[in-house]
Amino acid sequence: MYDVIVVGGGHAGCEASNAASKMGMKTLLLTMNKNNIADMPCNPSIGGTAKGIIVREIDALGGLMGIVADKSHFQIKMLNNSKGPAVRSLRCQADKRVYPKVMLEYLEKNPNLEIREGLVEDLIVEDGTVKGVILASGEEIFSKEVILTTGTYLKANVLVGSENTPSGPHGEGRSNNLSDNLKKYGLNILRLKTGTPPRIAKDSIDFSKMSEEVGDDTYLTFSFDTKPVYDLNNQQKCYLLYTNDKTHEIIKSHLKESAMYGGYVTGVGPRYCPSIEDKVVRFSDKERHQLFLEPESIYYDEWYLQGFSTSMPKYVQEEMVHSLKGLENAKITKYAYAIEYDAVSSLQISPSLENKVLKNLFTAGQINGTSGYEEAAGQGLMAGINAALKIQGKDALILLRSDAYIGVLIDDLVTKGVTDPYRMLTSRAEFRLLLRHDNADLRLREYGYQVGMISEEQYKRLNKKKEDIANLMNEIKNLKLVITKDIKDIFKENNIEIPKKTMSYEELLKRPEITFDFLKKFTNFKYSDEVLEQVEISLKYSGYINKAYKEATKLQKIEEKQIPSDIDYSKVRNLASEARQKLSEVKPRTIAQASRISGVNPVDISILAVYLKKEYNKDE
Amino acid sequence: MEDTICAVATSLGVGAISIIRVSGNNALNIVSKIFKGPNLKKVKSHTINYGYIYDKDEVIDEVLLTVMLAPKTYTKEDIIEINSHGGINTTNKIMELLLNMGCRLAEPGEFTKRAFLNGRIDLTQAESVNDLINSSSDNQRKLALNNLQGTLTKKIRNLRKEIVSLIASIEVNIDYPEYDDIEVITKDILIPKLNNIKEQIKKIINDSKNSQIIKEGINVAIVGRPNVGKSSILNRLLDEDKAIVTNIAGTTRDIVEGSISLNGFKVNFIDTAGIRETTDVVEKIGVSKSKKIIKKADIVIVVLNGNEKLSLDDEKLIKSVPYKKRIIFVNKSDLKLKIMVKDDYIVGNSKNDDGLDTLKSSIITKLNLENITKDMTYISNVRQLDLLKKALKSLEDALNNLECMPVDMALIDIKNAWNYLGEITGEVYQDELLDTLFSNFCLGK
Repeated sequence: MYDVIVVGGGHAGCEASNAASKMGMKTLLLTMNKNNIADMPCNPSIGGTAKGIIVREIDALGGLMGIVADKSHFQIKMLNNSKGPAVRSLRCQADKRVYPKVMLEYLEKNPNLEIREGLVEDLIVEDGTVKGVILASGEEIFSKEVILTTGTYLKANVLVGSENTPSGPHGEGRSNNLSDNLKKYGLNILRLKTGTPPRIAKDSIDFSKMSEEVGDDTYLTFSFDTKPVYDLNNQQKCYLLYTNDKTHEIIKSHLKESAMYGGYVTGVGPRYCPSIEDKVVRFSDKERHQLFLEPESIYYDEWYLQGFSTSMPKYVQEEMVHSLKGLENAKITKYAYAIEYDAVSSLQISPSLENKVLKNLFTAGQINGTSGYEEAAGQGLMAGINAALKIQGKDALILLRSDAYIGVLIDDLVTKGVTDPYRMLTSRAEFRLLLRHDNADLRLREYGYQVGMISEEQYKRLNKKKEDIANLMNEIKNLKLVITKDIKDIFKENNIEIPKKTMSYEELLKRPEITFDFLKKFTNFKYSDEVLEQVEISLKYSGYINKAYKEATKLQKIEEKQIPSDIDYSKVRNLASEARQKLSEVKPRTIAQASRISGVNPVDISILAVYLKKEYNKDE
Repeated sequence: MEDTICAVATSLGVGAISIIRVSGNNALNIVSKIFKGPNLKKVKSHTINYGYIYDKDEVIDEVLLTVMLAPKTYTKEDIIEINSHGGINTTNKIMELLLNMGCRLAEPGEFTKRAFLNGRIDLTQAESVNDLINSSSDNQRKLALNNLQGTLTKKIRNLRKEIVSLIASIEVNIDYPEYDDIEVITKDILIPKLNNIKEQIKKIINDSKNSQIIKEGINVAIVGRPNVGKSSILNRLLDEDKAIVTNIAGTTRDIVEGSISLNGFKVNFIDTAGIRETTDVVEKIGVSKSKKIIKKADIVIVVLNGNEKLSLDDEKLIKSVPYKKRIIFVNKSDLKLKIMVKDDYIVGNSKNDDGLDTLKSSIITKLNLENITKDMTYISNVRQLDLLKKALKSLEDALNNLECMPVDMALIDIKNAWNYLGEITGEVYQDELLDTLFSNFCLGK
């Protein structure tokens, strides 16, 4: 008997099994193939806009993705560096061979975690409660909680042109019956689709015809706890190239042969990560589309052609690739394919990620309708934490939209549901100024510590940082810069307007062009760069940050307006029928959550609010 | 289940007919109990039906019933309107019968509230219904009607569309920083666009100043030294127009002597008694009371005695009124003119009504109100105006902040502007909104 069984060893499964076992749960991770743990079947990178911040949040909460990425990449950069601090985000090129290896090492350090191969085809269910899993062999394994992180493996079909093969990613097996069984137990199943571009042999690429994309020249890490281990000056390059008229011609003339346009696909593909044929069709006025070539690993010579995912037949893929500048003689080592798979309806999931229909069942990752390693890992972490908390008899950890991107992600899933694979974007977060890359630890470590994911030592470091920030804030209030002739000269040399009078460092830092880096010319600060950064950001953007906090507090107030779980929406008169149906399905916990449901209009919310007031607050 | 409500829709009093409106699921049942005529449950929707209202066996009134079935009605519920013969007693009796049969007396604004809650009208429309009912001049009615048809909503929606397309472009830049083919919304591109939207909002706000005038009327003060003929001018102006609305206290914040309807505008003459009765006007002119009156007034008519030379006091008085609200009327033209008449003076006398028409029309021209009602957007209340001002402020913040902040920061202000505009039309939900809103609505509609 296990406490927790995690089904699937992808990015969600790794975080889920790590979290549950770290919190003291006897955990079993079931995977179809041990060599495929933490596999990266698509792009060779971790992070990206918004996604990079999710990785930081995972790290802040004691998850693994950040640490493992730090140890396995060969290029890293900060995106949006020229923009404001709220939208900066890390992305690294992770080595597809190293990343899984490092992840497995970390998992195997957990004494409570057992990893086993096995294909799950059914659940043990009694009275709507899950009691364990049933393997393809018929073997039954019992547990208190089950977490499904099956990725794209449920009834997966790989599509290349008109070829349709029942198979998981790159020739792996698939689960044939699990999704049908879930349906039998009352879960709604949807069919989704995603795709991956072709891989190219390195020695067949003419890089001289493309422009280079290099890593940043300062050391960066995802994790708050690791020191950089990579060689700053020896980062691998990526390359930028474009499609052209000829490429578009080929795509247009063969369009009907693609799995997508030939009508061979039933699943719904991701809007934010379209195939190249989608791009050519939908943006027919664009003369070219941007592509990147990224190395998959330094241990083998395959390159990933980002932006070129397609479901065309192989011979058309050859033509398409060869039409690209620098790839005239390219050798395709793996053809692009589309993959369709079953997912569960996230509207049947509660914010703890436990299922509302089947008790003791959690789901995380692509099975919930998301796309992306980071989105999967973030959910996996929360599912693992909440499964453990449930066994411990404690309240679930539910992150708010103003706490974390992970909070936004899960709230969107369980409130709005998905029709196409969900990708995180910074624009989905209304409080992104609060949800920054730089402050993920300040936002979330406390939670991580409370649930037992963060060690005493990590917690001490966090508190020290908080103290340092407070102290520095105080110091610069009183520390004045007297404007002498020498100082004037330094301002002039740096092209910065000279202050008219003596000012405190605090006042100086509020001016947009003055940074700690510049002020270091006058004073030595005994604090870490991270501490300086926090103080600088909170001073420079204090106006906006305060506004955002105010808004967040306002939202929290509406979040506190609970909707009783026994509400009968058929009794709320005047609701639009779509709103009534959506509300009954989602069962929002608060007025605020209800207002985010698509198809529920402000008028419906007004009606609901009036009804609640009338029915439940009569005494007020 | 929502109960069925009723109220008198016309103003109570002596009138040719009065209309009682009944709305709700049970409207047909309830009215059938007191009506003899065609079977209401079988008549077609949107028909007028002749019959009698009975109290048991006693005929109360001969009536026409307008039957309108859900959903194509004002409240989207079944509605019956009872057209009865006017008179307080009959109307009250019918109301009493309805209440006895299970109707509930509608709360202020409840019909409109239901129309809003049932998705029949949006917020700006709901608000303008209130204005329509309370309107006391033609122009106000026109504007309120205009608004009911959604002019303001349309304008706000267009503004929101412009803003949201800006927001979307900026968001794409943030989420896809490595794609150099996408147009980057730089400050140089953004600032003129924001300025343009800002100007449009400003225009709506400016128009709203006129809305205020249309709603509340033009406030006119008549000032002058004693015995120059202020009272008789006022009396002539009020007397002459038979459509006088007299002694309406509280329609403006001032005490109004009387109001007239002028080219579709309501003109209120505000009480200047405080300075009229003093013997030494000029001395008093210097003190706060008169200053207040001049400030409150949209138009100040300075009356001079044409039969006397311009005195020092007259000059002081003229100077104390700003040019843009000042009209100078030279009275007593029936006597010998001893005053130097300047171009913009109006000459006449109250005895023979000379020059009074010119005086009246100058009130309209002085305020540039001749063309005002054709295409102006009507802001019906403080809530809308306040939100527009907040939206404007947010855009100004964005423009200011763009000077030293990255675009993605100013985006926060731009989004705020977008949200404030959404609150005006009710497209963005605000918690406290409903309670405050519906308490302002009139009874009966």
